[in-house]
Amino acid sequence: MSKLMKLNLKVWRQKNTNSAGNFEEYKVDASPDMSFLEMFDVLNEQLIETGKEPVAFDHDCREGICGMCSMVIDGRPHGPKQGVTTCQLHMRSFNDGDTITVEPWRADGFPVIKDLTVNRSAFDRIIAAGGFISTNAGNAVDANSVLIPKDVADEAFEAATCIGCGACVSACKNASAMLFVGAKVTQLSKLPQGKPERETRVVAMVNQMDAEGFGACTNTGACAAECPKQIPLSVIANLNREYIGAKMNGK
Amino acid sequence: MKLLSFLFTSSIGRKVLMAVTGLSLVAFLLVHAGINACIFFNDGGETFNHAAEFMAHNWLIRSAEIGLFLGLLLHIVQGLSLTASNNQKRSSKYGASAGNANSKWYSRSMGILGSLLLIFLVMHLKHFWVVSRFTDAIQETAGSTLFDEMVVVFADPLPVFVYVIGCISLAYHLLHGFQSAFQSLGINHPAYSPIIKSIGAGFSIIVPLVFAAMPIAMHLGWIK
Ligand code: HEM
Ligand code: SF4
Ligand code: FES
Repeated sequence: MSKLMKLNLKVWRQKNTNSAGNFEEYKVDASPDMSFLEMFDVLNEQLIETGKEPVAFDHDCREGICGMCSMVIDGRPHGPKQGVTTCQLHMRSFNDGDTITVEPWRADGFPVIKDLTVNRSAFDRIIAAGGFISTNAGNAVDANSVLIPKDVADEAFEAATCIGCGACVSACKNASAMLFVGAKVTQLSKLPQGKPERETRVVAMVNQMDAEGFGACTNTGACAAECPKQIPLSVIANLNREYIGAKMNGK
Repeated sequence: MKLLSFLFTSSIGRKVLMAVTGLSLVAFLLVHAGINACIFFNDGGETFNHAAEFMAHNWLIRSAEIGLFLGLLLHIVQGLSLTASNNQKRSSKYGASAGNANSKWYSRSMGILGSLLLIFLVMHLKHFWVVSRFTDAIQETAGSTLFDEMVVVFADPLPVFVYVIGCISLAYHLLHGFQSAFQSLGINHPAYSPIIKSIGAGFSIIVPLVFAAMPIAMHLGWIK
């Protein structure tokens, strides 16, 4: 078993949405083989044993697919590594004696519920506004009856790997949700199943995105650089294209 | 009119307007730099004055000037209001930030770079545009030309300094802005984007350099 690392943590503590919140300092000994969330489990056990309130943080799958583990680590959503979520980040990415700052996604569209957990239902409302397709009930159609070119299927699939984690919003200086919305719009607009709602969808989703208090896009590229699923900036260009087209058609 | 209201109300529409006006300004800059570079013929401003006279008296150019001014105004007002609204989307700031790990500083500073440009522009328009369009100071009959005006203005080191700062701001504003405008208009393609980025980088370095060379060369008396 590898030697334990001594870490200093600065963790954001906030009682509820309306309280102010502040950083608290903690010391934790962690194995380099632990994941970042397991290190937090150790911290919380320490806190519980000493009669203190454990740190609230979101997590579910712990394997990079649910998108729950929202933590900004030393100023970077999901930490310093590319293409991984917080739950997939290992403590060996840090050094013995490091001081690590951990805080929640900060965006007015994502109010803090408690400590490191934020309310991301704004994303659900954007999806509800247009992120769906219409289909007839009845027998399942043969999968091969709708032909989709391979490159189109690949592009749609790449966009569909977005797990809705919100790291893009948290990384953006404008707290813009453009990468998330771009991914969803691209996935649905590329495929034949999504064509009937193509124009109404993009307008409805962008309207909802603006209403939720997310900013506009300055094309800095911070979102794509921090996205754990490496969704490319081209989905935002596609979103712009879809939106401009819909507007030109008077939608 | 309702059809185009999205250019002022929606997040994407507002960026479309920024991109269209920004690219018009880029096109204008190319012409502007080309004509002004005529001073480098070092012929006492003869070629330059000829070109300036043509621009001042051609009705097509004068009409385009109105459009350009409207575009500039829209770009400035929209740019500043967009920056202000974007800055309000995160009330609680990060304790630790690592901006340089995921983006370029100048891409995050378009509002500041634009404001520096605005300061330069106010001074610049006062020096040349107002004087040549709205006063009788520069007339062939009065025996004074735009070139003479340049000689006078750039004798003073303060304008030279402000102009050079303006050119540096322009370079960084365009280093991000040129390629950003295409992305805002929905143009992003593995084959074309690298070409757009290279042209943008070339434009953003060469054009401001040519502009900055003018006040410096005149101040140092290299151009007569
Ligand atoms: C004079 C004052 C100016 C101000 C205040 C200003 C402000 C801005 C701001 C704030 C943006 C970024 C908007 C955003 O992405 O959120 C921007 C973008 C841009 N600006 Fe300017 N600007 C000015 C002058 C210029 C000039 C002189 C040019 C061209 C020669 C120019 C070309 C562009 C371009 C091409 C963009 C990119 C548009 C996009 O990303 O879609 N700007 N400007
Ligand atoms: S685009 Fe990337 S960062 Fe944004 S929500 Fe989807 S997976 Fe997360
Ligand atoms: S806990 Fe599911 S992605 Fe991290």
